[in-house]
Amino acid sequence: MGGEEVADTPPQRHEGAVGPGRVLESLLAGGGEVATTLVCGDGFFNEQPDEAHEAVRAWLEEVRPDLVLAGPAFAAGRYGVACSHVCRLAGDQAIPAVTGLHPENPGRLVYPKAYAVPAARTAAGMKEALEAMTALGRRLAGGGELGPAEVEGYLPRGIRRPGYRDRPGAERAVDMLVAKLSGEPFRTEIPVEAYDAVAPAAPVLDLAQATLGLVTTGAIVPKGNPDRLRRASETRWSRYPLEALEALGADAYECVHGGFFNMIACENPNLVLPLDAVRALEREGAIGRLADFYCCTTGNDQRLADCVRNGREIASALVDAGVEAALLVAT
Amino acid sequence: MVSALPPIALQAGGNRVVKGVKIEHVCGDPSLGAAGDEALRRRIVERCLEAIRTPVQSPTLFEVEQGEEVRR
Repeated sequence: MGGEEVADTPPQRHEGAVGPGRVLESLLAGGGEVATTLVCGDGFFNEQPDEAHEAVRAWLEEVRPDLVLAGPAFAAGRYGVACSHVCRLAGDQAIPAVTGLHPENPGRLVYPKAYAVPAARTAAGMKEALEAMTALGRRLAGGGELGPAEVEGYLPRGIRRPGYRDRPGAERAVDMLVAKLSGEPFRTEIPVEAYDAVAPAAPVLDLAQATLGLVTTGAIVPKGNPDRLRRASETRWSRYPLEALEALGADAYECVHGGFFNMIACENPNLVLPLDAVRALEREGAIGRLADFYCCTTGNDQRLADCVRNGREIASALVDAGVEAALLVAT
Repeated sequence: MVSALPPIALQAGGNRVVKGVKIEHVCGDPSLGAAGDEALRRRIVERCLEAIRTPVQSPTLFEVEQGEEVRR
């Protein structure tokens, strides 16, 4: 439809194919047809998400397509986010959906479970992306089982399934090590996501005047786990009051972390969140004061993307509360 | 941050890492008895405050000195 000047276009439906959909029509070659196209400016989609999501939901409910193709969005961030949401909303209605994203498109973080084919950075790769999307879409719409990402050619969705390999892990690991030592190419079976380098914060020299915040990834929660913090694979964080609390008693707090033997921490939650010691130092004037809440999540199989978001949100909650230094206990 | 696994914390980019005791009891050690456990926890937190006061350029480990109660 156009570029930045139409980014605020609200969702609108068109019968049949529009824009890249016409290429799609020819790729389908009679094996299906483009029934309808939903057009929306990526600015609008991201600035008025509720309205945009509702438009997608209503459109899907009415049309009930056999397959949804979103994008391809290439490396365009806002467009990628929109396409990922479309895939998610289609998934909610059990409608197969495919998009095309550059591997670094931030839209992948919105809904990593989306089936996305790797696309070029720009629309110069339109034809290849549409071909790959159509081929993958056909497989999905056909209801057949898809193989792993590296076999089928879509971007990894962060899902691991049990399966058999020809040779045991020990042999494969030794082969990999030998290849690495002899400078030959090899491929890891478990890619590790790279961490961002975070510049160290400046020291807080006068702690006697400072407000300290307490944070833990050790899943210390009020007894009964009111927010139902998960034992593993948590995506969220919680905050709980510390006002007028001198220590964390086993009668009122527990540890729900599922990544280690947590009975010891249940018997004395201060072993993970050292409130008793911090209160003593506060009384003695070593720190100005302790913030009146602590922040908590479960650091066990938490996706890096969620870790980053939780970290940002916790930091921002602490800053809002006037916290100048934080003590984080990781388990 | 306090971590019982400093190599991982440092590799992940933790800039001020204080070495904790064990994953199951990062800030203390119940086997030392209530008084020993509390003294150890206090030293760990004090070390954290020192770390916060210390300028660092890159991920740095701060070890906690052993006290009377852990010398066996």
